[in-house]
Amino acid sequence: MTPLLSVQGITKRYGAHIGCADVSFDLYPGEVMGIVGESGSGKSTLLNCMAGHLIPDAGQVVFDTRTDGPRDTITMSEPERRMLGRTDWAFVHQHARDGLRMGVSAGGNVGERLMAVGERNYGDIRDKATDWLGRVEIDATRVDDRPTTFSGGMQQRLQIARNLVTGPRLVFMDEPTGGLDVSVQARLLDLLRGLVRDMGLSAIIVTHDLAVVRLLADRLMVMKSGRVVEAGLTDQVLDDPQHAYSQLLVSSVLQV
Amino acid sequence: MIELKDVSKTFTLHNQGSAVIEVISDVSFAVVPGECVALTGASGAGKSTLMRMIYGNYLTQAGEIRIGDLDIVRSEPRDLIKLRRDVLGYVSQFLRVVPRVPTLDVVAEPLRALGVPADEAQNRASALLTQLNIPERLWSLSPTTFSGGEQQRVNIARGFAHTYPAMLLDEPTASLDAANREVVLSLIEDAKARGAAIIGIFHDEAARTRVCDREIDVGRFTPGMAA
Repeated sequence: MTPLLSVQGITKRYGAHIGCADVSFDLYPGEVMGIVGESGSGKSTLLNCMAGHLIPDAGQVVFDTRTDGPRDTITMSEPERRMLGRTDWAFVHQHARDGLRMGVSAGGNVGERLMAVGERNYGDIRDKATDWLGRVEIDATRVDDRPTTFSGGMQQRLQIARNLVTGPRLVFMDEPTGGLDVSVQARLLDLLRGLVRDMGLSAIIVTHDLAVVRLLADRLMVMKSGRVVEAGLTDQVLDDPQHAYSQLLVSSVLQV
Repeated sequence: MIELKDVSKTFTLHNQGSAVIEVISDVSFAVVPGECVALTGASGAGKSTLMRMIYGNYLTQAGEIRIGDLDIVRSEPRDLIKLRRDVLGYVSQFLRVVPRVPTLDVVAEPLRALGVPADEAQNRASALLTQLNIPERLWSLSPTTFSGGEQQRVNIARGFAHTYPAMLLDEPTASLDAANREVVLSLIEDAKARGAAIIGIFHDEAARTRVCDREIDVGRFTPGMAA
């Protein structure tokens, strides 16, 4: 089987400082990979390099495209990469307002992404947008409201609807449950898990919350100072961590 | 179906003076289809550790653990994910679920992951929950609020939803009343009858005698405990 995403030797420096160094892994269709580590460990840098928001100093990010098979997304042209970002890729930001257009209605936010891939029939777009609002549990009566009138949890669900409406195959998530109430987090986790399973999505989730990765991710990478110090099945890394830093991380979690 | 060869395990505690604890050394045994083997030994002998090694959530430092054709000690994560989805079931002592998910969906989930349609998976889940005496009015609620015994039964229903060819059972009858214990034992007997290879930990001696074909004393493989 061809990996959906094959990351090889990704390195990003900020001057003399290392953002992330020599990260490699393969992600297969349907897999969810978690990346954990403390602030400054390079997990967001890595995510942004993979998603095309940052240009790494070295390495390849090979994505199995629908039309041309595996392609290195770092050396592909800017328009091609932008097209990927609108079709097969999705990016869920920690702060919903970074991923939404706050001056546009909820329906417009979802519809906009459909128009970006060439949908023109207003009725179809509105129907699809309403359907997706329903899937992320936003009441259809709110379709014309702006996201500024939504709660944090609703904004995050709207961002997810906007991202998934075009049926992407790979979703990058940066702290998707960060900054939300625990009760809202649980709802979002449930939603994400259902969507991942029903749509056969692959996902890469950056978080510092070990409970989130235990419930969502099949596999886990632990980063420290820009490097991957341990990788494996999520429950193996959490239940039997091998590296000193992973052991410290796991044993530092407060029990409720 | 399940075969262990010269399996050893150590824990290295980097943050506690790099203490190295040898927990299990040189375990070898095999379980054939239709057979149930009990792991026995005093508390701390390493029964659960050994079971977690077979499931792959504890790393094994030496030896071979074969489940079907796969040596899980040397396998890629995705092979192990597939093995757990299709072949190897595990009923742990604790239920770990996404909060808010209804009990019926929790039990149906292993089947949904295999691509079984939602209604078919839910039918199977309903049948198991009924068999395990979980009242229907609880099915739409999350099991996180259930009593210990109820959670244990939900966990068992989930573990038996798919007919895995290999199963690991960690204290499946603990904290159950007589009627429910009987249901669980009959589920185990049915699984054996259809050819599942089972490894179990049972403190309940009568249950062990009834469903297990032989016992393996894990204490024999525990350095410092055998003597």
